[in-house]
Amino acid sequence: MSSVFPTLVPVAYLSATILFILGLRALRTPITAPLGNRLAAVGMLVAVVVTLLDRAVLHAEIIVLGLLIGSLIGTVAARWVRMTAMPEMVGLLNGFGGGASALVAVGEYWRLSGTSTSLAGETTFSILLGVCIGSITLTGSLAAFGKLQGMVPGRPLTFPLQQIVHALLVLAMTASGIVILCVPGQMTIFLALLGLALLLGGLFALPIGAADMPVVISLLNACSGLAASATGFVVNNDLLIIAGALVGASGVILTQMMCRSMHRSLVHVLFGAFGTSNWATGAAVSSGEKAIHRIDVEEAAMMLAYARTAIIVPGYGMAVAQAQHAVYELAAQLKSHGVEITYAIHPVAGRMPGHMNVLLAEANVPYTELADMDMVNPVFAHTDVALVIGANDIVNPAARSDPQSPIYGMPILDVDKAQHTIVIKRGLSPGFAGIDNALFYEKNTMMLLGDARTVVNRLINEVKAL
Amino acid sequence: MAEGLLGGAFVFVLAMFVGIEVITKIPPTLYTPLMSGTNAISGIVVIGAVLLAGSGHDRVTAVLGFLAVVLATVNVVGGFVVTDRMLRMFTKRRQQP
Repeated sequence: MSSVFPTLVPVAYLSATILFILGLRALRTPITAPLGNRLAAVGMLVAVVVTLLDRAVLHAEIIVLGLLIGSLIGTVAARWVRMTAMPEMVGLLNGFGGGASALVAVGEYWRLSGTSTSLAGETTFSILLGVCIGSITLTGSLAAFGKLQGMVPGRPLTFPLQQIVHALLVLAMTASGIVILCVPGQMTIFLALLGLALLLGGLFALPIGAADMPVVISLLNACSGLAASATGFVVNNDLLIIAGALVGASGVILTQMMCRSMHRSLVHVLFGAFGTSNWATGAAVSSGEKAIHRIDVEEAAMMLAYARTAIIVPGYGMAVAQAQHAVYELAAQLKSHGVEITYAIHPVAGRMPGHMNVLLAEANVPYTELADMDMVNPVFAHTDVALVIGANDIVNPAARSDPQSPIYGMPILDVDKAQHTIVIKRGLSPGFAGIDNALFYEKNTMMLLGDARTVVNRLINEVKAL
Repeated sequence: MAEGLLGGAFVFVLAMFVGIEVITKIPPTLYTPLMSGTNAISGIVVIGAVLLAGSGHDRVTAVLGFLAVVLATVNVVGGFVVTDRMLRMFTKRRQQP
């Protein structure tokens, strides 16, 4: 046994690394993706089992109990969560990963500062990184979860001197970090640093609006990976460093893409709540003299059923109303009338990257009918009807034409270029960002007011009756 | 090979590059499963938690380690299971056309 083990552990970790990378590679197509996810899961299982068998691990039975409790909670949560609540679920899981990293870093600091040998500077540095990134990920994710659940108001929460408070927190953290690095055995200051990091994580998410959630969740995803990497530096484990870096890379790429899709820089998303007051005044100017055209369900059903081509544009409103199954049913009815249906997906529709794709997949819409923004935008001009369901800012033409608009420059879906545009919307209140939507006042735009699911169900009945 | 912080940095940087190469080829339609799947992988910190909990140092490390094991396992198992659930939705139509 003892002669086999020293090589078994590194070999198992190497296999886990390979399985993680192959697993991620398999996510290139929806067909191979389920296998990829399972490969990664097997890699994780191998790594955990081998670590448990390692002779250095004592009290394995208690650890197994912890693994069982965690698996039970994880499985139950993952099986019961609704697809519409996926952003909350992912946010919460990010937080757990970050929390675990922080706990390990704190525990290592406690363990190492208790031993007689003095703590190496580079280990302390890694511990500090792990504690800070992990804690910020934990409370930042909890704050994001609260916002998504509506427990914390989704609008940007601001208070006077917010930026200065944040800056002071970062300064205080840096200062205590330097003290801990220079003077060993500073448990009190270490705990203070932990508290500061937890506080900063919660505070930084508050001023960010719920519409910016795709960026925030991607960023927290990156942080949870980087926290795991930092922990890998602490416990000197390459597997942790590699797996954490892979996740970090993924989170960083998604964050960049989400920012680009909103035409905003990360700095602006994180610290942009200052601009909210300007946005509100900018919106108030443009409404007033213009009128909207309302349409009733019968008319809309007629227009859709006799169209040759229709493009469905889902947004967060569809998720809120749980309307994805009704939308699929409507599309099926329209297809039986010979209408050619495409779904246009904006990269930041919903509250997380890919949110709409998952909801439509749940409702049985084949992914081949979903089109990305770049692919579908040239098609709108030759499309009879664009049907916007619960989307707002991502179809606002002011992003193209009005340099005064706060969303100017953001890439949008060109629904206004279709022959007719039907917008299903709960009310006429401005969108999340508080911006008036120029689309609603266009000549060929017709508003169909009401809850997305109710309206779509009525449309289905009307189309059936035709 | 360099040891310690620098050795780790080598590994980290290379893994980042591999990550970027692999992730940029993933289509937007799979971004949510990508997030939940990578999220599960970041639960790899469970290894660190197991090593801490099993270090047999004292009660504090045992408790912190145990809590970390539970949190990280929720992250791992919850992440992989929910990703599997989502990915099967993407492919179920192919099996029953």
